[in-house]
Amino acid sequence: MTTPLEAAEPAAAQAAGPGDGRSTRSGTLRYALSKAGGALFSIAMVIVGTFFLFRMLPGDPVRSLAQGRNMTPAQLDLERSRLGLDKPLIQQFFDFVGDTLRLDLGMSYEYKRPVLDLIGERLGPTLLLAGTGLVIAVSLGIWQGTRAGWRSGSTFDRFSTGTSLLLWSVPTFWLGLLLMMVFGVGIGPIPGIFPFRGIESVDAPDGFAYVLDVASHMVLPCLTLVAVVYAQYLLVMRSSLLEEVSQDYVTVARAKGLRDDDVRRRHAVPNALLPTVTLVFMRVGFVVGGAVTVETIYTWPGLGQLFYEAISVPDFTLMQGTFLLITVAVIVMNTLADVVYHMLDPRVRSA
Amino acid sequence: MTSVATTRRRQALSRFWADFRGHRAGVAGVAVLVAAVVLALIAPLFIDQSVTSVVDTTGDDFDAPSLAFPFGTDESGRSILLMVWWGSRTSLLIGFLAALLSIVIGMVVGIAAGHFRGWLGAVLMRVTDWFLVLPSLVTALVLAAILGGSTFTIIMAIGITTWPSTARLIRAQTLAVESRPYIERSKALGAGHWHITTRHVLPNVAPLLLASTTLEVASAIVTESTLAFLGASANKTSWGTMLRGSYDFGAANEGAWWYILIPGLAILAVVMAFTLVGRALEAVLNPRLRRAS
Repeated sequence: MTTPLEAAEPAAAQAAGPGDGRSTRSGTLRYALSKAGGALFSIAMVIVGTFFLFRMLPGDPVRSLAQGRNMTPAQLDLERSRLGLDKPLIQQFFDFVGDTLRLDLGMSYEYKRPVLDLIGERLGPTLLLAGTGLVIAVSLGIWQGTRAGWRSGSTFDRFSTGTSLLLWSVPTFWLGLLLMMVFGVGIGPIPGIFPFRGIESVDAPDGFAYVLDVASHMVLPCLTLVAVVYAQYLLVMRSSLLEEVSQDYVTVARAKGLRDDDVRRRHAVPNALLPTVTLVFMRVGFVVGGAVTVETIYTWPGLGQLFYEAISVPDFTLMQGTFLLITVAVIVMNTLADVVYHMLDPRVRSA
Repeated sequence: MTSVATTRRRQALSRFWADFRGHRAGVAGVAVLVAAVVLALIAPLFIDQSVTSVVDTTGDDFDAPSLAFPFGTDESGRSILLMVWWGSRTSLLIGFLAALLSIVIGMVVGIAAGHFRGWLGAVLMRVTDWFLVLPSLVTALVLAAILGGSTFTIIMAIGITTWPSTARLIRAQTLAVESRPYIERSKALGAGHWHITTRHVLPNVAPLLLASTTLEVASAIVTESTLAFLGASANKTSWGTMLRGSYDFGAANEGAWWYILIPGLAILAVVMAFTLVGRALEAVLNPRLRRAS
């Protein structure tokens, strides 16, 4: 929980390499390349790690994969050779790496379909939900954080900091349960307002009405996701604006006779935005965790729910595939954050 | 020599306490925490495992709050109040131990990475960064699913996925401490790695460790309840497994708001208390924050 508030700093510290006379453009390119190399290394480590992690399954992997289905010894042997488990470990390892690089993530036991197809189906709803949630959370967080930080110590500031600390402490799933109970099911005589199961109604209409139907299904999941992730954007925006307010250039801008609004909008906020923007990318792993929980509660047919199903069955091939995909996506986003930060902030380049 | 240091440290401690008392929210947090821990510790004097048994229950299913059951009952007629009380033992235990594990790993890696500047430090930072980008909840779920659900594996899963941020914090602090002249003096007098890290670096990073431990416990409790809710639990009654039960047995549809509200409020109260204490500690210990707050 301490991480988000400091997450931006390591990025800055890490990015601050020794400055020299290189032209900025080639410096940025070189930086991006070195970061990309690091990311590739991390991804390779994830693949290797995943291989060994999923070989740590207690007992016979075929048995645990088959999960209590009745199988004759002959069937078990067949299955074992189909999975390549009769080969030596090193051979299995190279097969796994090769398959993964060719995006062959294996077959799901539960669905009897390739894992990659399942992931492809579920990607859309997750992107829709997490994307919408993230846009709302970031804009709301930045707006409220700016207002709170600009008038620090005001009632609005104390209220904002208080609510974000509260939201920060609330477990995502509990907030989801509460919202589902209050707005989905309804309490006592008050009926629920929003649907809380799935992404569309059983008798979903076509055309524009369909969009409305999906939108109404999205209200509660989105609200839950926003409530939990926006607090950190607010707190970071607030504290980085506080850093800027005491800087000399703000005093100069004021001394020039600029209106308060202009000082804020044109001088302080653009500088304070940097750490917050980086944080959006840096904390994408946190959003992913939130998405798993939210999708599970509202049975939103996305990647998070797929992952949850894989955990609860348990379907290890599916779990392995979704885990790989989520992790690689998070690593890519983090690398992008580093590079973007480096490009945007000249202070980091010529430290 | 030691006595000088001891007096100075004692003075620092009393100054710290005076500063801390100034943070009313922090003091309130401490009060809540002490109450929660004491309640969890004395629970066996009043109740036992049987409050979580579904066989010999006295209430009806989904009984609304009444005198006999102040917080109502769950799907098998068990008292929510007693279950929350008993469950606090598991939730707090896992929270504390997971945070401890995470902090110890973070401390050792952080100090080592800051102290040994050569390839060892570089490798350690590489590993830390790698762990830092892994989505922690997803990784913890996979670990718990593979290792099987027990108190020990849940603690491991949380500890292994949360240490990197502490390691980074401690490394930065270690670097700052080691650039001070007295470390050089100590080296000149022949101090080895062990002496420098344990006698000079550790006492200097200890206050920060304290603050981050408090925050870490809060996040470990949330993670534990989330893991339990998503089905990776130690099969013991905890606040997370209770909420899982409320979801599985459709408490929302039954209108059993108490079943959802009470365990969640328990989590919220404890986590808020830890967060407030942690923030107050940070504010007292970190002069850079003192100005901002």
